[in-house]
Amino acid sequence: MIKIVNLTKSFAGHKVLDGINLEMPTGQITVVIGKSGVGKSVLLKHIIGLLKPDSGQIFVDGQDMSLLKGRQLRQFKRRFGVLFQGGALFDSLNVFENIAFPLREKTRLTEAEIAKRVRERLVQMSLTSEVETKFPDELSGGMKKRVALARAMIQEPEIMFYDEPVTGLDPPMTNTVFHLITKTHQESGYTALMVSHDLPEVFSVAHQVAMLHKGRIIAAGTSEEIQNHPDPMVQSFIRGEVDFLEG
Amino acid sequence: MANLVRQLGQRSLNFVREAGGMIIFLLEGLGLALVPPFRPRRLLQEIYQIGVKSTLIVMLTGAFTGMVMALQGFYTLKQYGSEGALGSAVALSLIREMGPVLTGIMVSARAGSAVTAEIGIMRITEQLDAMDTMAVNPIQYVVMPKLLAGVIAVPFLTAIFDVVGILGGYLVGVILLGVSSGSYFSSMVRSVVPLDVYGGIVKSLVFGLTIILVACYKGYYTQHGAEGVSKATNQTVVLSAVLILAWDYVLTSFFM
Repeated sequence: MIKIVNLTKSFAGHKVLDGINLEMPTGQITVVIGKSGVGKSVLLKHIIGLLKPDSGQIFVDGQDMSLLKGRQLRQFKRRFGVLFQGGALFDSLNVFENIAFPLREKTRLTEAEIAKRVRERLVQMSLTSEVETKFPDELSGGMKKRVALARAMIQEPEIMFYDEPVTGLDPPMTNTVFHLITKTHQESGYTALMVSHDLPEVFSVAHQVAMLHKGRIIAAGTSEEIQNHPDPMVQSFIRGEVDFLEG
Repeated sequence: MANLVRQLGQRSLNFVREAGGMIIFLLEGLGLALVPPFRPRRLLQEIYQIGVKSTLIVMLTGAFTGMVMALQGFYTLKQYGSEGALGSAVALSLIREMGPVLTGIMVSARAGSAVTAEIGIMRITEQLDAMDTMAVNPIQYVVMPKLLAGVIAVPFLTAIFDVVGILGGYLVGVILLGVSSGSYFSSMVRSVVPLDVYGGIVKSLVFGLTIILVACYKGYYTQHGAEGVSKATNQTVVLSAVLILAWDYVLTSFFM
């Protein structure tokens, strides 16, 4: 279980997160929705340790993240995988080397075992062995996302974080990526946090949805509960109404 | 007036903050060289990128510098009937000053800018963040091998610059202008003392570290997308050149 308690963060005097409280149950996919620039990625970056909060706490399985340092923090990071918005594949490494990177750096597996695991992940992501030697700049947007997902999952994480996983993809590839997320979750049973503004597709993968607006969680519940939520802000966002988006 | 004082104060604070940040960055980078995992392959890759790939431009610069120094030196020395001291003039100027400074500036322009652009792009495309989330320290993996490579490669490049410069001077002074080959080299041997060579080595070590430190720091803290990378790259070349010249004065006064 990941629990966020009263998290606040400001940048240059502008409050981006204003007392966030949220619980993400173990083994479930929680999706944080909200319009662009509302602070969804900032929230995610706090949980994965890339940003420090001004105040508030983040607990993972009861452990206060702010107290983790050095070896403990590194051990914790090995429990999770992150799919970044742009994939964040290493430009200087080819597909195989990108996926193998965490195994080469963090395990003592032989090259044969690493190759076996990398190829298993490529198959899982419906990628052919021909892409192994390609570099990130030779891949399409959808392929990049799938390679990045393979890299994020290569160490079989207990917790997965998805930062806008389908942004910039065409509808068929969006469905493919959501299908892969659902499939890998069913196979591994990890806990996941996804931030996204891609509606209504996210409702099909989410066990729990929370909506972030003006630095606060204004609604949380199952996909169905959120879709029928009485708050006009939530309904306006789901319908994609222009006055709300610009407000 | 109050506005001027405020601006001056703000700029001073920024300067101190930046200098302090750079020193902490350097200490962290070098400190991590002593902590496992050790990645000799990464170090070799960086020596190739920073050192080997700069060799040609350094040789070209060295050759033309030696040639023009021989040309200028010959006509100046000729007025005093001392053309025989040409080898000494070329060698001392190259070993003490021109070699380390011009090598530093060329490495900054070629490798320093490339390092900033590479790390800056890694920053804006979240590659450094991705590394961090994999529990791989980006400073240890990306920055530290570059710092060590700078310290290792620049003294070698400086030595290459000096040798090629001396040969360039030989080409112009001896082959084109008729100075005796024996006096060109014997005057050099008589006048160059070990302290000149040590001084040149120390300067090149300091310049190598300075260039790559500035390049890595500017790249690592790049912000605001492609424009930020462009700005950081520009700052790297300008700041490195200024720091090389400032360090040169400090180190020269130390060795004189």
